[in-house]
Amino acid sequence: MQSFLSYLNSKLTPGEAGNFAWATIYILLIFTGISVAVIAMNWLERKILAHMQVRLGPMRVGPHGLLQPIADALKLLIKEDIMPAEADRVVFWLAPVIVVITAFTVFIVVPFGPTHAVTDMNIGVLFMLGVSSLGVLGIIMAGWASNSHYPLMGALRSSSQMVSYEIAMGLAVVSAILMTTLTPDGVGTLSMIKIVQAQDQQQTWFLFRMFPFGFLAFFIFAVAMVAETNRAPFDLPEAESELVAGFHTEYSGFRWSLFFLAEYAAMLAVSAIAVTLWLGGWMRPFPHWLAGDGWDAFFSFFPAATFFLLALIAFFGTVRMPKHPAFRIQKAGLGAFALVLGGIGIVLLIPAVKDRIQDIYWFVAKVSVFQYAYIWYRGTFPRYRFDQLMKLGWKVMIPMGVAVLIVMAAAPAFNFVW
Amino acid sequence: MTPVATPFFFYFLAAIALLSGLAVITRRNPVHSAVALIMTLLSVAGLYLMLYAPFVAGVQIILYAGGIVVLFLFVIMLVSLEKAVREYQFNHQWHVAAAATAVLGGLLVYVYVKGRGIFPARAAVMPETLNTQQVSLSLFQDYLLPFEIASLLLLVAIIGAVVMAKKRI
Repeated sequence: MQSFLSYLNSKLTPGEAGNFAWATIYILLIFTGISVAVIAMNWLERKILAHMQVRLGPMRVGPHGLLQPIADALKLLIKEDIMPAEADRVVFWLAPVIVVITAFTVFIVVPFGPTHAVTDMNIGVLFMLGVSSLGVLGIIMAGWASNSHYPLMGALRSSSQMVSYEIAMGLAVVSAILMTTLTPDGVGTLSMIKIVQAQDQQQTWFLFRMFPFGFLAFFIFAVAMVAETNRAPFDLPEAESELVAGFHTEYSGFRWSLFFLAEYAAMLAVSAIAVTLWLGGWMRPFPHWLAGDGWDAFFSFFPAATFFLLALIAFFGTVRMPKHPAFRIQKAGLGAFALVLGGIGIVLLIPAVKDRIQDIYWFVAKVSVFQYAYIWYRGTFPRYRFDQLMKLGWKVMIPMGVAVLIVMAAAPAFNFVW
Repeated sequence: MTPVATPFFFYFLAAIALLSGLAVITRRNPVHSAVALIMTLLSVAGLYLMLYAPFVAGVQIILYAGGIVVLFLFVIMLVSLEKAVREYQFNHQWHVAAAATAVLGGLLVYVYVKGRGIFPARAAVMPETLNTQQVSLSLFQDYLLPFEIASLLLLVAIIGAVVMAKKRI
């Protein structure tokens, strides 16, 4: 109990402080947070895609289809879980487990704030890249164990695609890590928290450091991360028009939903890497240019304001609901939802909460920009052909990554830094 | 911070490594062998972590478990498994291999019994924050030339692979 309370004043992550109780709490919080985020993403993706295509999207289950993801989750849990007769039982069972474990394990080092991470590893970025690269094993195993043609084709495509783009991704990450050495003492780091602190020290995001090379590295990463997570326009492993559903064709019910969960968790994880490396992690916008207590106070109202805005939108929805007895339950539900959102906003105004939530808010806000971009890509870009994908990976991204890396490594050696 | 490098973890990881290593050579299905190989590699990565070498552990996960085993699986999936399962698992080199194993095992026992003085009585506790820096210093300062020669060798191997795989360049 003593150590439980005393940690509140600590300036370390629970993992570094060796505080087991708080580490468990953080893990549970992150796990719930990711799961809720995946549910929200599910709804948002369908709604945003629908609006991009001038459709309505889910409208029936709850006001504006808000309860659709819950209905879907229930459906998936109740659905029969089929295992093909000729499938390799052990590997078939193991594949979704591996995919989910790797997708969630990487969040151990994601820095939501200077103290808001489960732990800070000396090899943080390496750990994230390594563990997320293990996810491809689950996909290959799923495709092979199904003992069917479409899954095998999907798994082959997926593994070759992920192995290829991992190289470009690694080159981009190394260029960003090289930028951490541009501090006066010249010591670089791989730890996620120290990378953000290096950007704080250099008073710039690595996106704008040594422009345009920092930006190019970010661009390579942003393309490679879409390919790594098998999302449109690089979703060839599960291209519906050719492969039914790719590597998870034979999966159904709960096992399929595990793949779904892992896909979205992996999207969040790679976005978290991108935010940490290039977009200043948990730092609020312009922490040095707009410094001072007044600006600090101004920016500290953003989390509450966001929730108040959401509450306002929900409230307008309630008011505009048709006056018909059939809508009574929906109306009450949406009104209650508006009240809950407003209540969260009020809680976020309490000074103690307001100070602690800042870094988490800005980190999550930056990650959500990437999540929106993912949906946007899916709504805009046509799917690549497989040879085009490989050509882009090997003949454009990797040479560009090597060039950026050479500049990043050579320029500081000649004291040529901007 | 209390060290996690307790004997329990060592025996736990070592047991997993050995058992899955055995599974690698005894499973008839090559995909099962590859999955067991992943387990071995991951538990060895855990052992590196216990030796305060997080960088080596990370590289082990990225290169071996994430890269090489993926390529293994890639090749295995394209092989006709029905034929591989029916094939003799232990072929004519069985006797030679057993002899070699016995000799190596004998050497291990001999070193363990006679050479206790070689090993330090207690593992040196190093700050793990230094591991990455130390690796880079020894690679890029102390042993720069051997390191570059090794990279040249790898380049030759890559070019060789491309030349052999492509019919027309």
